[in-house]
Amino acid sequence: MIELSHVGKTYFNGSASFEAVKDIDLTIGPGDIFGIIGLSGAGKSTLVRCINFLEKPTEGRVIFDGSDLGTLAPKELFKARQSMGMIFQGFNLLSQRTALKNVCYPLEIAGVPQKQAKKRALELLDMVGLAEKAASYPSQLSGGQKQRVAIARALATEPKVLLCDEATSALDPNTTRSILELLKNINQTMKVTIVIITHEMKVIEQICHRVAVIDHGRIVEEGNVKDVFLRPQSAIARELILPKSEAVESFTGRRCLRIVFDGSSAFEPVISNLSLECHTAVNILAADTKNIDGRAYGQMVLQLPDDEPAVTRILCFLDSKKIQYKEEAPHVYTGND
Amino acid sequence: MFTPAMIKLLLVGILETLYMTVVSTGLAYVIGLPLGVVLYITDKGGICPNKIVNGILGFVINLLRSAPFIILLITILSVTRAIVGTTIGSTATIVPLVFASSPFVARMVESSLKEVDGGVIEAAQSMGSSPFQIIYKVLIPEAKPSLITGSAIAITTILGYSAMAGFTGGGGLGAIAINYGYYRYQDNVMLVTLVLLVIIVQVFQELGMRIARISDKRIK
Repeated sequence: MIELSHVGKTYFNGSASFEAVKDIDLTIGPGDIFGIIGLSGAGKSTLVRCINFLEKPTEGRVIFDGSDLGTLAPKELFKARQSMGMIFQGFNLLSQRTALKNVCYPLEIAGVPQKQAKKRALELLDMVGLAEKAASYPSQLSGGQKQRVAIARALATEPKVLLCDEATSALDPNTTRSILELLKNINQTMKVTIVIITHEMKVIEQICHRVAVIDHGRIVEEGNVKDVFLRPQSAIARELILPKSEAVESFTGRRCLRIVFDGSSAFEPVISNLSLECHTAVNILAADTKNIDGRAYGQMVLQLPDDEPAVTRILCFLDSKKIQYKEEAPHVYTGND
Repeated sequence: MFTPAMIKLLLVGILETLYMTVVSTGLAYVIGLPLGVVLYITDKGGICPNKIVNGILGFVINLLRSAPFIILLITILSVTRAIVGTTIGSTATIVPLVFASSPFVARMVESSLKEVDGGVIEAAQSMGSSPFQIIYKVLIPEAKPSLITGSAIAITTILGYSAMAGFTGGGGLGAIAINYGYYRYQDNVMLVTLVLLVIIVQVFQELGMRIARISDKRIK
């Protein structure tokens, strides 16, 4: 559906230049919900704009639905963009148009007759649950409602892809959840491929199938959400998954262990059983367990006692429970409280 | 002093002033609006950035704006004669008024368009809008309240300019004030024209603001 090969974008400002993204290779399949996560300034917004050529990459190629966007004439590019909806953090609705007229906008651009456009727009507003707000102006809507109108607008021309640039970052947690549910529904019912840009792991967990972690303009990790979540390889992914790990008391020089719950063991009180059976105490340095696709997943970082036999007992216990673990370099979890 | 003749003179003066002002403003927008749009879209970061066009246009506009109206009025008398055949009367005054106010209007339009949220333009681009569609379906409608406020400022400025044209044989209330109030020392005529001008300015300004407010859908 979308294929990026060696995509790079460099901004030039006089003699200075800044590489916002570099050497990006990504393949996003049809029907996917693909997440791109990174901290602010990592280049994720630039990357998503390269997909629909709002930012023209300075290197590499973007293939959308079989055509190389870089080779298209302006008119063909406009046409291609009509099969790629986009929603934004700031909603970006036309403030002087009603909700209905906002949804009509892309249809006007595509040359759909007015009557037909209005009918389609009403259907879409109904789908996002805002049929009764058709005559309201954006200033009369809440943030979540505005984003719903924006989603309806982005879907008006029946795009194959929906690009979401921090679409939930300006919303409260409840509204975020309901917007993500809506996106999930759209993905399932309309078979729209969704690309989500975010800095929040919980957005990825809630709806994405695959995820790419971006840092300093490069993709440092990519895979199924479950795999990346359970076994983050890059420092940045670990930081995003266990965001509070830096705020742990310093204990340099001691061993610590990352243990992983893969959906089966999280339901039993593993740590207290471990303490009881191994006759030793462990210190939980960081923990994050979550519900993904209805199953419990998560991980914890334990500080091990200095006592060697106790450590052996702990490892045996974890093996017997078939819990995955990995010895961690302690420096990752040092820092000031 | 308010002889029927004087009252008639003042009434004709009002009509001439309105005629000059409204027609000049209209023409100034016919020229200034596209220029303002061009200034905006060719600017760095605009939808069709073009350094050369933007630079030349900006320079010409600044050049015309730096000439004081009364000087411009005299400088282009030959142009005025070539266009309307005379340099006297209300219609002749329209030529220098349009010359002087078009660049001003272009800058007003540019600054109104700059108020449009860049994100909205980006959203329009993401939906496959062409630059032309963005201009007439997004930029101008989104900037409409600000454009209307700007036109109220433009029309009152042009009204002020029109009064100066009295010195070179133009018509309207300005000419009456100059010919009767200034050259003939009729202070009361001067005062009456002044009051009339103040009222006209107030009406235009208030009307413009009110229309802008009603048309703005952001505050309700």
